[in-house]
Amino acid sequence: MEPKSILKVSQLNKSFPGVKALSQVQLELREGEIMALLGGNGAGKSTLIKCITGVYTSDGGSISLSGQSIRGLSAEEIILKGISTVHQEVNLIPTLSVAENIYLGRQPYRFGLIDWAKMNTNAEELLSSMKVFIDVTATLNDYSIAVQQMIAIARGVDMSAKVLILDEPTASLDNKEVEQLFTLMRELKSRGIGIVFVTHFLDQVYDVCDQITVLRNGQFVASSSVDELPQIELINLMLGKQISNKNSSGKSRHTTDSNSKPFLSASNIGRKGMINPCDVNIYSGQTLGLGGLLGSGRTELAKLLFGIVKPEQGTIQIEGEVKAFGSPHDAIQEGLAFCPEDRKVEGIIGELSVLENMVLALQAKQGWFRMIGPKEQKEIGKKFVRSLNIVTSDINKPVKELSGGNQQKVILARWLASGPSLLILDEPTRGIDVGAKSEILQIIDGLCKQGMALMVISSELDEIVEFSDRVSVLKDHNMIAELTGKDISTQKLMETIAHEGRD
Amino acid sequence: MLTISDRKEKTIVLKEIMQSRLFWPIFVLLLLLAFNLINDPSFFAIEIKQGRLFGSVIDILNRAAPIALLALGMTLVIATGGIDLSVGAVIAISGAVCAYLIQNEIVTSTPLIILAGIGVALIAGLWNGILVSILGIQPIIATLILMVAGRGIAQLITGGQILTFDHVGFEFIGGGTLFGIPFSIVLVVLTYGVTFLVLRKTALGLFIASIGANPTASYFAGIREPQIKILVYMFSGLCAGLAGMILTSDIQGADANNAGLWSELDAILAVVVGGTALTGGRYYIGPTLIGVLILQTMTTTILTNGLPVQFTHIVKAAVVILVMLIMSPQFRGELNRLRTNKTKEII
Repeated sequence: MEPKSILKVSQLNKSFPGVKALSQVQLELREGEIMALLGGNGAGKSTLIKCITGVYTSDGGSISLSGQSIRGLSAEEIILKGISTVHQEVNLIPTLSVAENIYLGRQPYRFGLIDWAKMNTNAEELLSSMKVFIDVTATLNDYSIAVQQMIAIARGVDMSAKVLILDEPTASLDNKEVEQLFTLMRELKSRGIGIVFVTHFLDQVYDVCDQITVLRNGQFVASSSVDELPQIELINLMLGKQISNKNSSGKSRHTTDSNSKPFLSASNIGRKGMINPCDVNIYSGQTLGLGGLLGSGRTELAKLLFGIVKPEQGTIQIEGEVKAFGSPHDAIQEGLAFCPEDRKVEGIIGELSVLENMVLALQAKQGWFRMIGPKEQKEIGKKFVRSLNIVTSDINKPVKELSGGNQQKVILARWLASGPSLLILDEPTRGIDVGAKSEILQIIDGLCKQGMALMVISSELDEIVEFSDRVSVLKDHNMIAELTGKDISTQKLMETIAHEGRD
Repeated sequence: MLTISDRKEKTIVLKEIMQSRLFWPIFVLLLLLAFNLINDPSFFAIEIKQGRLFGSVIDILNRAAPIALLALGMTLVIATGGIDLSVGAVIAISGAVCAYLIQNEIVTSTPLIILAGIGVALIAGLWNGILVSILGIQPIIATLILMVAGRGIAQLITGGQILTFDHVGFEFIGGGTLFGIPFSIVLVVLTYGVTFLVLRKTALGLFIASIGANPTASYFAGIREPQIKILVYMFSGLCAGLAGMILTSDIQGADANNAGLWSELDAILAVVVGGTALTGGRYYIGPTLIGVLILQTMTTTILTNGLPVQFTHIVKAAVVILVMLIMSPQFRGELNRLRTNKTKEII
């Protein structure tokens, strides 16, 4: 007999001002099933989860739990109905005990006072039934993120959960911890609980899930059982590319002859939880592409190279000399520049003007004492507004008032103004319109021709293929391959991501 | 006759003036002054007695001097997203150090006494800066430490007594005049002037606003936050040291218990009234000064009108709330909506 369907979403729509976040999305989860919910950034995974859990109210469509409509209920009501969510950042109180966290807001009472003994025994029983054996009177803080997540799951399950939504629970866990979590998930599955599992690690999907639902750009793409969907096809669905064997860009790729010295050479560089030790060589006048899916360790690698986070091991050499970067300031002094992925938080300084944002890195490089004169500033502004085609009515207005693409160009201008020898671009075309995108791609190409060393991170495999002289492929925090010359094609890239690195 | 476009232009200009940062603080200040003028027609009269200017306005400026200095340092600290609660205590320390040196005749040269006063204030600021930017303690806690401990230190220096002294040179700071203007006013003008120049001619101003507006992006852009923050807290300490010397010199004595007591709150209030957001980012030095003048004018007005001193705090609170409300775009929007709704109803 087919297991009963418990959570059913159909024809779901959700719009925000100016954006259609979800359109005609569907999902069906059955009892005792683990479903992977996959998709790139902006695919609509979190919006969908927020609609299901009552954080947002969807514009149309239906959501039903065990045949009963739950659309339009508040977040609290939906938890009571039996849907619990556990996020990557655990939403518990770190300074309270494990038992207190599990029973927060629903403590057992006795004569009007909290029955501590009962609460602790209950908590212990609950956790040991899930094969988690810990001291429930210790504070939550004392345990690792993995255990905290299991505690959060226990709390959710105990609150009558029929459906458990796990939003990227494994992002910061190591292999052993992931395995513990999976054991727990399988245990819950055997009790008939349905689990929606959001992750970026494809191998984990194949380890633990039964079903896969893929979203892309707010649209439902496919739903399939894991057995019927090989990894390469899954990647294909997620990226939305027909596998066209594209090495057609006609770009003549530079090959590195053995004598030339790299501008930056990192050996055995790594940090736990970010990226496992790997080697990176970046040559002047060449582009190194970092291929791989979101969460594979691309941004983390860039952050280690740029001194934002200190590597735990390995060394970085700039033109043959060993350097240790204590902060981005040190890296900038050596001619590095980094356009971050999260433009709003890590890139623009919204309150400051367009011009101020542009001169910031050069000014920081020079130090506060030697100010770039107003005349020189204006020239920098004019130069980049023209060369990068930045559309702004006034160079002195707050940068936050510009469109995303123009903001991105302002950040690019900031780094170009600092005169870098190596420019690291993390998702330079994310969230900007098509026109600005192709402009930015042209700029990148031009820079490379001028002799700048480039490292480009992108989820768009086409972009990587188009521009890279060499491609390093990352998967699950490991560097798994380096592609050169004829091997650089979307086909090969996808195959590499899909097949390598599985033991 | 006005054509429609003329009128339109006029309303636009008027709107721009009304939306300017300085408009509302100045408006409130003028209201207060007007109130005083009506109450006492001789309010703006200034006389020269023995080569020194006298008058209510001069008195207000003179009394506002210490808070004006504190508020200047506070503006920059707040701009970086921090706060400095210790300035009142630093006033007490620097005053106590100066008085101690003079009374015990350890140092007699005026410049050296001043240097000592400034020196301890800078050390106090350095301490705050290290706690905040290197040890990563939240500014409100980090400076609270010195706020509490600082007064203790000052009391240790004075031995729990009010240290009085006679020193012609040092008394000039709080009691002397330059071209007929009380020296403390000159000192405030100089400090504001120099600060303004430094912020304009170096990139410090840009970095301070940048750190306050988005610390992560600033770090990514290569700004060394610890360096800038230490500098800013030291500057706030310096301002407090100067204020401490004015107060000590004025009464020719150091009162470790009461000198500058709660003055940090007045300084914060002035900054907020001047429109700098406590969350950091863009800062406004001119409006801060206006904020100081509003607070002092209010205090003086209450006192000269014979109201009991106890009222000052309550009236201050009321005026501050009023200023904050009219400066808030949301509140003004609501008011406008109410007004237009009413006109519609009448029609």
